[in-house]
Amino acid sequence: MTEGSQSCGGSCGCGSEAGKVDEGRRGFLAGAVATGATALAPGVTLFAYGTAEAEAAGADPKKRWGMLVDVSKCVDGCTGCVTACQTENGWKTTGKPATDPQWIRKVTLRDPKSGATRSAPVMCQHCAEPPCADVCPTGASFKRADGIVLVDRHRCIGCRYCMMACPYKARSFVHEALEDQKPHAPRGMGTVEGCTLCVHRVDKGVAPACVEACAKSGGAIMFGDIADPKSEISKVIATYATMQIRGDLGVDPGVRYRNL
Amino acid sequence: MSERSSLERLIVVVSLLVMTVLAGIIGAHAGEVPLPTVPKATAGSCVAPPDVMRRSHMSMLQHGRDLSVRQGERVEGGRLTGCIDCHAVSDGKGGHETVSSPQHFCRACHDYAAVKVDCFECHASRPEPKVKASDATSEVPASALAALADYAEEVAR
Ligand code: SF4
Ligand code: SF4
Repeated sequence: MTEGSQSCGGSCGCGSEAGKVDEGRRGFLAGAVATGATALAPGVTLFAYGTAEAEAAGADPKKRWGMLVDVSKCVDGCTGCVTACQTENGWKTTGKPATDPQWIRKVTLRDPKSGATRSAPVMCQHCAEPPCADVCPTGASFKRADGIVLVDRHRCIGCRYCMMACPYKARSFVHEALEDQKPHAPRGMGTVEGCTLCVHRVDKGVAPACVEACAKSGGAIMFGDIADPKSEISKVIATYATMQIRGDLGVDPGVRYRNL
Repeated sequence: MSERSSLERLIVVVSLLVMTVLAGIIGAHAGEVPLPTVPKATAGSCVAPPDVMRRSHMSMLQHGRDLSVRQGERVEGGRLTGCIDCHAVSDGKGGHETVSSPQHFCRACHDYAAVKVDCFECHASRPEPKVKASDATSEVPASALAALADYAEEVAR
């Protein structure tokens, strides 16, 4: 099956031609659209883009999801975003710091001259030109149409090339057998993992868990469509000086930092 | 002496064979071919009839997984989590059995057929224990399930 193909092309044994599958799916989508409004759980924060319709429609190539971290609002010593990510995605320390999973971490930067320190979260930067995907021999590392970079664990062979290639040390390898993972965040021994930008939430129209948690403490992280000039995040990026970590590498991260 | 005992042995072996074959035939006629004990699902109806599910569930799952992981098309009711939620087997202590138990829905058949599944090396093999009511995921709308069932039937044809 090729990466871009939208249907099974008959290879899944479903016996239908591509067109037939699409027809069936279209019928299904119509059903999903009709019930879109009622399908959402109470208490779900709705963004303008989020409905069940959006969830079934797939990654939108016109969008590029990104984040903006205002470092001046990031509280030193606060790990709200890290804890929220752990709770949401079900990863935790294994007691072996050298090989612990790290989807997001707080780093402290110190200016050696002035001694001034800054604290900021670093996670997968969801690069537009992701080197992790370039080096992956199986096509497991890939970028979704809407800019979210993921590991398709069905294809990952655990070679860890992507971990070597990532300039941000954003990925980790699962060393231990796991049980009772979060149903929406599968992860398992022998495969590589990293921040998914909470793709399961974003597809539902809900902001990532770290963004939601941070809003309660510092309010340092913004999330939105950086390809849409009218989005709130784009307006801030257009107004103020923001930067990408190691922007000189040319990988064009989707996570930007302000006041770093 | 030794001849007699080998004759005795032959008789025993032959009669055992005859009994086994007879038992097999009678058993088959009485519908007693051993079958896996498949645990009952909790909700009313599946996304497709049992014979379709038996034959095509792996293709359906593979189809859905490529769509949802790579294209982001998350088709309601067509996810492994949906199967897990509906086919969870109670552990009698208010929770559910994991795939480490032979009672687990998937294992019941897969053990019988001696087919190993890798799904649960990464995927949760039982529903997440309920924490808060506000955390509950949305119900699958009935019309969406019906549409998926239509799709599954089309697939089976
Ligand atoms: S930050 Fe690392 S893992 Fe994330 S897209 Fe860039 S290279 Fe890949
Ligand atoms: S570890 Fe997995 S995702 Fe990373 S490069 Fe190897 S196959 Fe690709």
